[in-house]
Amino acid sequence: MSKITVTVDGASYADDVEPRMLLVHYLREVVGKTGTPIGCDTSNCGACTVLMNGESVKSCSVLAVQADGADITTIEGLANGQNGEWHPLQRAFHELHALQCGYCTPGMIIAAADLLRDNPHPSAQEIREGLEGNLCRCTGYQNIVRAVQRAAEAGVTS
Amino acid sequence: MTAQTEARAPELGRPRPRKEDARLVTGQTNWTDNIVLPGMLHMAFLRSPYAHARITSVDVTAAKQIPGVIAAFAGADFADEQGSLPCAWPVTEDIVIPNHPPMAVDEVRYVGEAVAVVVARDRYTAADAVDAIEIDYEPLPPVLDIRTALDEGSPRVHEAGNKSFEWAFGNGDIDAAFRDAPVVLERTYRQQRLIPCAMEPRAVVATCVGGEFTIWSATQIPHVLRVMLALVTGIGEQNIRVIAPDVGGGFGSKLQVTAEEVLAVLVTRKLGRPVKWTESRSEGNMTVHHGRDQWQRIRIAADADGRLRGLDVDLLADMGAYLMLVTPGIPLLGAFMFNAIYKMDALSFKCTGVFTTKMPTDAYRGAGRPEATFAIERIMDDLAAELGLDPLALRERNWITREEFPFTTIAGLTYDSGNYEAATAEAKELFRYDELRREQEERNARHDPVRLGIGISTFTEMCGLAPSRVLGSLAYGAGGWESASIRMLPTGKVEVVTGSSAHGQGHETAWSQIVADQLGVPFEDIRVLHGDTQISPKGMDTYGSRSLAVGGMALVSACDKVVEKAKVIAAGMIEASADDLEWTPGRFSVRGDPEKGVTIGEIALATFAAHNLPDGVEPSLDSDATYDPDNFSFPHGTHLCAAEVDTETGMVTIRSYVAVDDVGRVVNPLIVEGQVHGGIAQGIAQALYEEAVYDDAGNLLTTTLADYLVPSAADVPSLETSRTESPADNRLGVKGVGEAGTIASTPAVVNAVVDALRPFGVSDVTMPCSPERVWRAIQAAQQNGEAR
Repeated sequence: MSKITVTVDGASYADDVEPRMLLVHYLREVVGKTGTPIGCDTSNCGACTVLMNGESVKSCSVLAVQADGADITTIEGLANGQNGEWHPLQRAFHELHALQCGYCTPGMIIAAADLLRDNPHPSAQEIREGLEGNLCRCTGYQNIVRAVQRAAEAGVTS
Repeated sequence: MTAQTEARAPELGRPRPRKEDARLVTGQTNWTDNIVLPGMLHMAFLRSPYAHARITSVDVTAAKQIPGVIAAFAGADFADEQGSLPCAWPVTEDIVIPNHPPMAVDEVRYVGEAVAVVVARDRYTAADAVDAIEIDYEPLPPVLDIRTALDEGSPRVHEAGNKSFEWAFGNGDIDAAFRDAPVVLERTYRQQRLIPCAMEPRAVVATCVGGEFTIWSATQIPHVLRVMLALVTGIGEQNIRVIAPDVGGGFGSKLQVTAEEVLAVLVTRKLGRPVKWTESRSEGNMTVHHGRDQWQRIRIAADADGRLRGLDVDLLADMGAYLMLVTPGIPLLGAFMFNAIYKMDALSFKCTGVFTTKMPTDAYRGAGRPEATFAIERIMDDLAAELGLDPLALRERNWITREEFPFTTIAGLTYDSGNYEAATAEAKELFRYDELRREQEERNARHDPVRLGIGISTFTEMCGLAPSRVLGSLAYGAGGWESASIRMLPTGKVEVVTGSSAHGQGHETAWSQIVADQLGVPFEDIRVLHGDTQISPKGMDTYGSRSLAVGGMALVSACDKVVEKAKVIAAGMIEASADDLEWTPGRFSVRGDPEKGVTIGEIALATFAAHNLPDGVEPSLDSDATYDPDNFSFPHGTHLCAAEVDTETGMVTIRSYVAVDDVGRVVNPLIVEGQVHGGIAQGIAQALYEEAVYDDAGNLLTTTLADYLVPSAADVPSLETSRTESPADNRLGVKGVGEAGTIASTPAVVNAVVDALRPFGVSDVTMPCSPERVWRAIQAAQQNGEAR
């Protein structure tokens, strides 16, 4: 067992974990952040994407011990904490129907947040390429691209 | 009493963002894998590494000794109680339905079949312990190709042989249609095997308290599952509650009664503790039922001017190793769709279901209709090329004209409505069809290495599954009705219970819109409940684009009953004769005296209080309705695809895609458009990217999303969608939209690829049209000396 200290969505946690434990299992099963789902076991689908120290990572391909000392933001911490106001990406996904079953949505929104941080005004093609690591089976991506564009217009940078 | 309720804009047709989203975009979802119960244990399965083998010994002793392992069982440990996984669609009287134990006891018949299960305190320990199970096999020869599986001397999947059934159907004089026909084309098309890949892997949690079982499952069919679990395990149906919490997509893959669900119930019964199982993606690619997998031999006879005379279809369908819930029925759902929107003199259809040592096939988005639509739309393009006709002109020569509805097709279905002219005209204009044809000619003329192809799909489909009598005549094991309940709450709010269990379709929103219009209550005041057999005890669940056309109609019936009950109570409240009352949604008023009236909310409160109800009136405004449709519904549309094909690399790029769909009246255009987008992407995926590949030993090679190419945002084009509307013959005028895009798009894309390559003599490219396949098709055609 290894001792780790991790900040998740603004709260600090100290836990003993098996060295082999994946960050996504730590988030879901130890911290209880079940908003971040698991869609594959080869880091292809991106459903488990979270922000680690501000950058998007697939939490199935990070060990919990690697997150020691890190600041993690999951989909559950993306809304503005105090008043619960949705992040512009969450709003845009809702308004433009950029989700159906919603399983890929947490990862997709987090990945899009990271994309907009790197490139605040992406073209449609840049959005498609930027989200290549996140799979959606429901939407055909069209409304996801539109939602990211709308959030970009609203000036999202983080 | 208030005067009039505020006039509200109709909800039907309004692009309402969805109610469901509030939890989905914030991570407050309740996926089955999220569920944690006190004392819960985790299951992990040992699975067969052989496509076909006899199990000679299984020893779980070492696994049980690992700390944290509570139990381990081999198939033999459940031999007396595990029963056989159900097949509810015995399509012929002499169909072979092999015994299908949830966990193999003597013999395994596909790679991934469960042979032992470990139950441990956590999922990591369970996975470790699986590796400690000792098992020996005696390999048997695999059976992998349905084209040779019926040969004499072929190894057998089951003792009874490799043929499950043969089902035939026809109408008209097929011999006369082909005799002396000026044009006869014969083609063999391949429907490759697909893996559904819903983003949420399967998961199940089961618990048993005092003999009462609760099962949470990532399923499309909580109601069907409840009945089937009772039948398979012998547990009384009344003691089984099935809950489908948030379910992350299905596409048919969760229309199943799975080995793992049954075993979760058996294990929790044995151990007296809750158990959970969640599959990994690799496990899922191997063991979630697959889709499609047919060889389609199709012959078409036509007059010289292109008028169709007859169609003769002979299918070989890969069942896989066993028949699962509706496995044998899937290809037959296509039987009635090969004639599509066209008139012809005769149709002959035959399907042979064949066993192989592969994962069983079953419903996958479209289920039989995409296969049929692909074959007919592909051969229509080939026929047009043969006759030197524009492929749209050939279709127009043969389709049912708008004046001819309702029209009974050669397959015996009565299409209630449609307007193929309108959808096609709209699509041609949006697509700039004539302009693109000119560009295609120019590029062909200058031998552009990147050719342009135009693909057409004027599809229809049957949805709204289904009239129970029709299902009965096809030997299906259940009805096709749907149920709905309305509960008027004392405060005027409304609870709606539906038997159609959503997993991404947006029922909570669309159903609220329908009820808002019917009862005249605000959208926000309505809550839709579904997916739990204790809350919604009756239902047939969600598949076959049935929810709106069947479940939506049940909802309308339930609302009618509320209004009927409310009328009597309203009459008492305003001291008028019920015959003199007029209903405008939300309010009864006295005819000729509109100021005098009561709202549905006031009636609900008065009913709750029950102080002054008319004699003999029970204090309830609630209602239940069950709706059994008279007919299927028939969405249709015209999809046009422009593809650029690099003839030097074989690379296909979709340049533009126009979809004009007629799904009848639209409840929520946002949801409809989303369904169309996603459906098209899934059909494009079949055309260009996806294929489940088994090697010569029967190992699945595409077990991960690195090998099985579910397209990303960068792999699918931006789509241009539009709609035409011919209302269906039901009270809402709705048809269904869940599968239309998938049914339409695969042939549109492949037709575009082939159209681009016709100058090279190419007349078919086998799906998926990967660069290698396209390049090889060009080389093969050129070697045949057909290059121009």
